[in-house]
Formats: sequence, structure tokens, C-alpha cells
Amino acid sequence: MTKLIGPKPTRRDVVKGAGVAAVGITGFPYISFAQNKPIRAGMVTINSGRGAMVGSASSKGASWEVEKFNAAGGLGGRPIELIIRDSKGKPDESARIAREFVNSDGCEILFDADSSAAAFAIQEVAKELGVLTVHMNSETSSLTADPKIRSWNAFRSARQGIHDAIGGGSYAAGVAKEKGLVKWMGCSPDYAYGRDSNVLFFEYLKHFNKDIEVVGESWPKLFQADYTEQLTKILQTKPQAIYSCLWGGDLTTFIDQSSIYNLFAQMQVFAINIADYAILTAVKNLPKGIHSGSRYLATFPKTKENADWAAAYRAKFNEYPQNWSWENATGAQFVIEAMKKTNSTDPKKVAAAMEGMTIDSPFGVGGKITMRAEDHTIINYATGWGQTIPTDPYVPDVQSVDWKVIAELEIEWKKKSKYL
Amino acid sequence: MDLSALGNCLTSASCIVTQTTSGLIIGLLLFLVAAGVSLIFGVLKVVNFAHGSFYMLGAYFALTAFKLTDNYLVAVLAAGIGVAIFGLLFERLLMSRVYGSPVLMQLLVCYGVILILDDVVKIIWGADFRSFGMPATFQALPFVFAGGVVPVFYMFLIVVTLLIAAILGLVITRTRYGKIVRAAAVNPSMVSALGINTGVVYASVFVIGGLLAGLAGGLAAPVRSLVSGMGTSVIIESFIVTVIGGMGSVAGALVGSLLIGLVRSFGTIGFPLFTEGLMFLLMAVVLVVKPSGLFGKGN
Repeated sequence: MTKLIGPKPTRRDVVKGAGVAAVGITGFPYISFAQNKPIRAGMVTINSGRGAMVGSASSKGASWEVEKFNAAGGLGGRPIELIIRDSKGKPDESARIAREFVNSDGCEILFDADSSAAAFAIQEVAKELGVLTVHMNSETSSLTADPKIRSWNAFRSARQGIHDAIGGGSYAAGVAKEKGLVKWMGCSPDYAYGRDSNVLFFEYLKHFNKDIEVVGESWPKLFQADYTEQLTKILQTKPQAIYSCLWGGDLTTFIDQSSIYNLFAQMQVFAINIADYAILTAVKNLPKGIHSGSRYLATFPKTKENADWAAAYRAKFNEYPQNWSWENATGAQFVIEAMKKTNSTDPKKVAAAMEGMTIDSPFGVGGKITMRAEDHTIINYATGWGQTIPTDPYVPDVQSVDWKVIAELEIEWKKKSKYL
Repeated sequence: MDLSALGNCLTSASCIVTQTTSGLIIGLLLFLVAAGVSLIFGVLKVVNFAHGSFYMLGAYFALTAFKLTDNYLVAVLAAGIGVAIFGLLFERLLMSRVYGSPVLMQLLVCYGVILILDDVVKIIWGADFRSFGMPATFQALPFVFAGGVVPVFYMFLIVVTLLIAAILGLVITRTRYGKIVRAAAVNPSMVSALGINTGVVYASVFVIGGLLAGLAGGLAAPVRSLVSGMGTSVIIESFIVTVIGGMGSVAGALVGSLLIGLVRSFGTIGFPLFTEGLMFLLMAVVLVVKPSGLFGKGN
């Protein structure tokens, strides 16, 4: 299904179109109407099946920014026309749609709000066609860290796996020292993101706490309906703590099923993706004391700007914002700011402007987020860990992760991975 | 592969209790869906690819009924009855028109219904996943038998699903209606010649299939997240069960479901990266050794 967000053609547009056609046919001197032409942006996302919540939150985050930009007059009168198409979560379909956006629809910007698997496919299209591209959801680090994959015209406005791993490892190591948690186990979804996240988390957990021993692992498949077998395995292995990067409905099922086994009373649980309103509000009996990374919380960063943004989002869409909401809003903001700065939609000019750009953002540390020049990924976004309580604000005390520590260890990781 | 962990588990009473009950619960819930698939195929020779969507509807009907009444029993019954009615409409309005058509046409109709129902669910209940929440009655500490852990809710599910399986078995084997259904599966022309309206029999089979899938959705709702498209994984496993047990055999569906449940439960200990593969491996072995399935009849 295709959704259009932007101005509908008016009678005047039709007359102009007819005029252009007439010019072409009759050979009248060329008169440009490009200054009023909408700037077309194509968003590839998942709007069907079990991943439909991705498309729902992503499109709201980006389209709201587009709407505000258009209401403020656009780029010298040119509004952005956002076209949203459903990839159904299939990477080959995502690449096909991305190509179609550029070749058939005349899109000047690609918004990739799809899965990590799709992001790599879309990156290839971006490289080939030279269209300005923003990956808004993919957190897989290599997408922008690996120079062989990186491209001059592609950027990432999502958090990054390596940042989460360093932050999570640092926080969990502190808790482990304090509570004497030595035996750990992983339970993450069996696909690229799950494996990356699991491996990196334990790597940095061990980096910060040498006593850690990983005593088992369990790999449920993505969108698995039932986690009973994984839970009973965890109970049999008897770790003192588990790490999981399950997300979305899979995570709520895992929490619900864990509760009936009384798992949360038997071990510490570190689930990076809980602190997102989609989860926090969906789980009926949210257990107290689960450790989670901040995905999106109206109370973190604890600023008026962030609280106001969350309140306005809720008022507009009648639902809580999610992790994908802020990531997509941020991606759109960067593109808009770069277009304004260059007064152009030329991908080379806009990409050059985006490199190293810092924007005011309610989601940033100190109200700023930077698009790092060397690897085209955002840094300085608010990230931290805390423990759950069953009611709003759900994760009341989030400990911020120090970006200096993240940056230092990220460089080491890049060297080790031969990205530098 | 971790065979030592599997060996340790098989020599530990607590592990055997925990993993066996885990396998039972996975298998019995699967049975409720697979039994409907098998029954419909046995009588009508129709592969109801949309049966997973019946299960999804059951879960959502239960969610709404639970919100309205705060009574889990009412919610499960509403799910079963609601989907049974839907099954009747589905059969009368759609499937009955393609009985004589090629299998591809039947699959296309089912696939179309899956897509429509997924979208309808998104329109009515939203695109985000929903959580049912554990009914207050079952919010209790799990039982511990021989060191093994068994949640109270799972004890309830095991009892209820076994009861449903027993009632279904009695209806199919010991009642006049069951005889008619079995006869219709073997020779529908003869059943019709004896003055029995086969159209009603066919519709009733869809009603029973819908009832079972709806009950499965309602029963599983407190421990599964509800989301558009949730029927897909269930239908794939149901077909594996049907192939293992034998197309058209309800007893085969029960045995196949329990086998799958136990394979998953113990497989995750010994083969954590190959649990899904084990199911298909089991199916392949059955197909090679007995192509008609464990309880299936040739042809």
C-alpha cells in the first residue's frame, strides 16, 4: 500500500502540468516550474505482518517532522511529499521499492525505516543510484562502521549496536560487582541483530568485569510464539543473571511467560529493549527490577523539551512515542536542516552538510545530537540503563552512559574489527 | 549441539519434569489448531491454510471479551464460539464455492482471507502487539515436583486441552455425528445417497475446526503476545503435525503435536541452534519411513 503525505495536486498544478506538456509539444521556450515542485521522499518500512508496529511508529516520527517543515513553507516553497510503502519485512522487496522510488517516482531522498536485513540491501541501492539515504531503524553497527559498506550519500539516525553494547556492558558489570553476579546466560533472537547484540554485550560485560562466566545460551527464532522451552532451559541452567535483546511482541511474551515461572525472583534480568512505551504499556503486570536500556522515555533525558515532545506526540497520535519514533524524527530533522542550510536538494551538497552536523534535539545529551562525519552515524543521543517499576514513569532512574567511554571503546572495537 | 547438557537433563528428575511439562503444553496447544486442520482435510480434502488466522481471531476475541467481562472463562468461550461462527461463514460464503476447484484456487482463497484478516485485525485492534495479561486466578507461584517447575496456569492448560481432546475423540468415535463425519471422509457420495446433507456435514466440520482454533487462541492468549499475523507460525507447525500424524487423523494430530512439543522442549537443551530444524527433520524421517504419516492411511 502506498501512503502519500503532502499536498494534493491543485487545479493550478494540473494547468501547469498541461502547460509543461504543451511546451514540450509546441517547442516554446523552456520555462522552469521546478521551484514549486514537491521534494519527493520515499520511505520503505514494514506495515504488515508481525513487524507492522515498526512502520506505524516510524512513519509517525518522520511524517510529523515533514508536516512541520511543510507548514513552515518548505524549502523555498517546495514542500516534502513523503511516500510510504510496505516492504512486508522482506529485504528483496525493500530493495525493489527503494529502486522504484528513485527510478519511477522521482524521489530525491530515501528514508529506510525497515529492518537491519533490509538496510544492507537498501544501502546497495543507495550506493548505486547516489540518492541521499537515511537509515532510520537499523542498529547493526557494521552498516556505517565498515568502510566497505559505508557510502558518501548514506547516513544512520538510529542508535547503534556497539554503543548499546558498551553502555550495557558497563552498567551490567557494575551491577554484577555489586550483587556478585558471576554466572550469566544469553537469550536473544536468532538473527543478525540478536547475535550481534548478544556477542557484543557479553564482550563488554567481560571487559568491565573479568569474573563473568557465560554458562549457557538460548536462541529463540524471531517472532517465536512460545518461549516455554527457552525458559525451562534457563531454569535448568540456573544462571544468576540473563541478558536478552528480544524486542516487540516477542519481549512481552517472554516477560508474561517468565512471570508464571517466577523467573524474575530467581535471577537478575537485563533486557535492553524493555524501556520503550510499546512494551512498558503492553505488559499488564510489569515486574519490578528488570534492568533495561533506555529506548525511548519521556523522562530521559529529563528535560522540558523531551517531555514536551512526548506530550505533543501523544496528543497528535493518541499513543506513546517509541524508539522508532525518535529515530525517524531525528533522521527527518537532519535532512531538513541540511536542505535548509544548503538551500538545495542536491544529494552531494546535502550529504556534505549532514557530515558532522549538530542539531538541536530533545533526544540528545544537552539537547544536541551530532551526525559524526567520519562514519555517518549519530552520536551524543541520550542513552542509559535503569530498573523497571510497574507504573508510570516505569524506569524512574536512568543512569546515563558516558559518551567518552563509548567513543574510546568504539575506536578499539573498530580497530579490532579492521574497520580502521 | 550440547549432548552433555541433554544427557545431564535426561538423568535429572527436575529437568525431566520441567521439560516434559513444557513439551506437553507446547504440544497440546498446537494440537487444538492441528486437529482442526486435520479434520477439515480428512473430510473435505481441503488444506485450510487460513486456520492460523482462526487461531489469531480467537486470541483477539478473547482479549475483547476479557476486557468487557474480566472473566477468563467467558473470554475463552467467546473466542471458541466466535471463531466457530466465523468458520461457518467462511465455509458457506467462500470455501463451499471452491470445493471442486484445483488446490491452487483453494489456497489462493485461503491466502486472500489471511491477508484480509491480518488487515482487519490491524484496523480493529491496532498494528501494535497487545498483551492479555495473566488472569488473577493464575497469578500464583509455580508448583515444584521432584525439583521441576510447573506453572499453575500451565497445569490448567494441560487439564483443559486434554479434556477437549477427550471430548473430541469421543464425538468422532462414539457418536452418530462422528460416524457420519468419518463416513463423509471416506465416501461422501454414499453419505449423500443415504439422505444425509453433506453440505451441513462439511459446514459443521469447519465449525468444529473454528471452535478448536478459537479455544486455542483464547487459552494461549495470556502467555502470547497478540499481533496481526500471529497465526502464521502456528499454521506452519500445524501442517508439520498433520504430516507427521497423518492427514485427516485426529489421533495422529495429538501424537504429532506431542512429539513436536517434546522435540522442541528437549531439543532446546541438546540442540539450541537446531530446534526448529529438528521438527522438520522429524517430519522428513516420518515421510521417508511412512509417507502417509504415523496414523494416516495410504492414499
